[in-house]
Amino acid sequence: MSETYHVETIETVETPETFAFTAENRKRAEAVIAKYPAGRQRSAVMPLLDLAQRQAGWLSRDAMDCVAGMLGMPPIKVYEVATFYTMYNLKPVGRLHVQICTNISCWLRGAPEIVRAAKDVLGVAFGETTADGAATLSEVECLGACANAPVMQVNDDLYEDLTYDTAKAVLEALLKGEAPPFGSQTGRRGSCPCKGATTLKELAGEHAAAESAPAPKAKTAKSAKAGKETS
Amino acid sequence: MLRDEDRIYTNLYGFQPWALKAAKKRGDWDGTKAILEKGRDWIVGEMKAAGLRGRGGAGFSAGLKWSFMPKGEGPLPHYLVVNADEGEPGTCKDRDILRHEPHKLVEGCLIAGFAIGAHAAYIYVRGEYYNETKVLQEAIDEAYAAGLLGPNACKSGWAMDVYIHRGMGAYICGEESALIQSLEGKKGQPRAKPPFPAGVGVWGCPTTVNNVETIADVPTVLRRGAAWFADLGPENNNGTKIFCISGHVETPCCVEEEMGIPLKELLKKHAGGVRGGWDNLLAVIPGGSSTPMIPKDVCDDVHMDFDSLRNVRSGLGTAAVIVMDKSTDLVAAITRLARFYMHESCGQCTPCREGTGWLWRTMVRMEKGEATVAEIDQLLEVTRQIEGHTICALGDAAAWPIQGLFRHFRPEIEKRIAARRADAKHRAA
Repeated sequence: MSETYHVETIETVETPETFAFTAENRKRAEAVIAKYPAGRQRSAVMPLLDLAQRQAGWLSRDAMDCVAGMLGMPPIKVYEVATFYTMYNLKPVGRLHVQICTNISCWLRGAPEIVRAAKDVLGVAFGETTADGAATLSEVECLGACANAPVMQVNDDLYEDLTYDTAKAVLEALLKGEAPPFGSQTGRRGSCPCKGATTLKELAGEHAAAESAPAPKAKTAKSAKAGKETS
Repeated sequence: MLRDEDRIYTNLYGFQPWALKAAKKRGDWDGTKAILEKGRDWIVGEMKAAGLRGRGGAGFSAGLKWSFMPKGEGPLPHYLVVNADEGEPGTCKDRDILRHEPHKLVEGCLIAGFAIGAHAAYIYVRGEYYNETKVLQEAIDEAYAAGLLGPNACKSGWAMDVYIHRGMGAYICGEESALIQSLEGKKGQPRAKPPFPAGVGVWGCPTTVNNVETIADVPTVLRRGAAWFADLGPENNNGTKIFCISGHVETPCCVEEEMGIPLKELLKKHAGGVRGGWDNLLAVIPGGSSTPMIPKDVCDDVHMDFDSLRNVRSGLGTAAVIVMDKSTDLVAAITRLARFYMHESCGQCTPCREGTGWLWRTMVRMEKGEATVAEIDQLLEVTRQIEGHTICALGDAAAWPIQGLFRHFRPEIEKRIAARRADAKHRAA
């Protein structure tokens, strides 16, 4: 827990690359802007920055300027937003962005072991990217899945109820380009007690068959990057 | 224990599909039109009578909050904003509603929106809940397609739109005015109150901000009646609540229970008890990271509701129960939380911006035993200088866990300091 947070500033951003939304993403951006009342298009800055990040993998200065232009905002106001929220990557990250929660609920149930597994597999420290650009390792705050601690998020997917071994297996599979199922790694359904539901047992039993149904498949890293805007 | 027929969230774990057809079978969207036809005053009155206190942590009466909105349609549109920026360490209840019971939330948006005169609701979901957001968006799309939302929602004549706005990783946006700032496309820095959101909220318009669980409770409360809800739980702490149990228990889980359930019973019945038995319990953080911890002797007979926990100088908060057994280094645990608050301080108010870092640095020394006993008093004094001197409650939230630690375990830390000194002396000799 001695490692400090990696703080990004605009100055650390590498040479800006040229950024323009693809035709498809431009359409998505317009749909996002339409969700807000007339004259309030500035509200779309967060989803548009997210869209730009999904397209390019990270947020370059040029991408921020592009969003500022689309929304008629002074660029500085966009930089303020981009640097305030931790989910914006202000420098390139690997194909896999491995984010491990070390906050209290995960810590109590072995987050340090998950950190050790990630460092063993990736060979990098927090805030670093592997030499081949495959993965970036980050330490993050509570991911909101505390009843399934310890957890790790890779791109958009949460891997839950981890141990050193399962975390290692998940990461090794992802590095190979496989798509291990996300969610609980012990086969638990949601946040149900692992020894079986203590409430509404009939409903749980009725759908016991659902338990054996195949778990949701993780997206491949490629499709995750191509990015589907959900909102 | 709460009877199964009194549970609001019958699909909390997702054993059934979340989609509209299954949701309707569970009772969602049943007679929504009839509820709306009873009128705004009836709904607000019924909500007040039900005594539903906000489930996001503050515990303010939902009905009362709604009644603060301007009456009738003024020159400015009204907005409903739903706070799904669940980020309080230990808390994962809203996630289960979003992914397994999204229609309860969407129906709640329509009813609450109607009650406060809003034609649009924005649900602010934390960015990490990407897959949960996808489910919620599909549920909203289903509701539109079925005519449950839109220009004539549920054929009630009321136009209602529901939108999702995704956060991007900022704990502070769970504070309602920071959330509003964020929704406006700004940094999530809380606003001074007054004016309150009911007067000047998002885009300067009257706004009500409610937690996901509060809004998702609404349809069931109104369908079954205020009397049913008020009958559950102790007086002034009515209803049911989703508890998130994490840490050193046999089976961590989320579970809906009656308010006022004894903590010991909650852990025993649903979480398989404390790891190594009840006597192995050291302390519990009862309501998410911001609430002060309570030691085992308090845990023995405390009840889980707003007032009972306030009486033991803690709080129900988000009802995220974090259990720590005797193997836990409590100082390390609180130091980790201190680092969290330092990281999440928005930097607007000096006491919080500077103070949270100071608290963390001092806690690191406390953890190692490097501090002096006099520094404990200094540390507590600094927490009191932060508490109540900031625009929002993050300053308070940073102060309370530390105060809770020293309130109950000060001798342990003094012992650690003494041991370290003795060790240093021994080595010097």
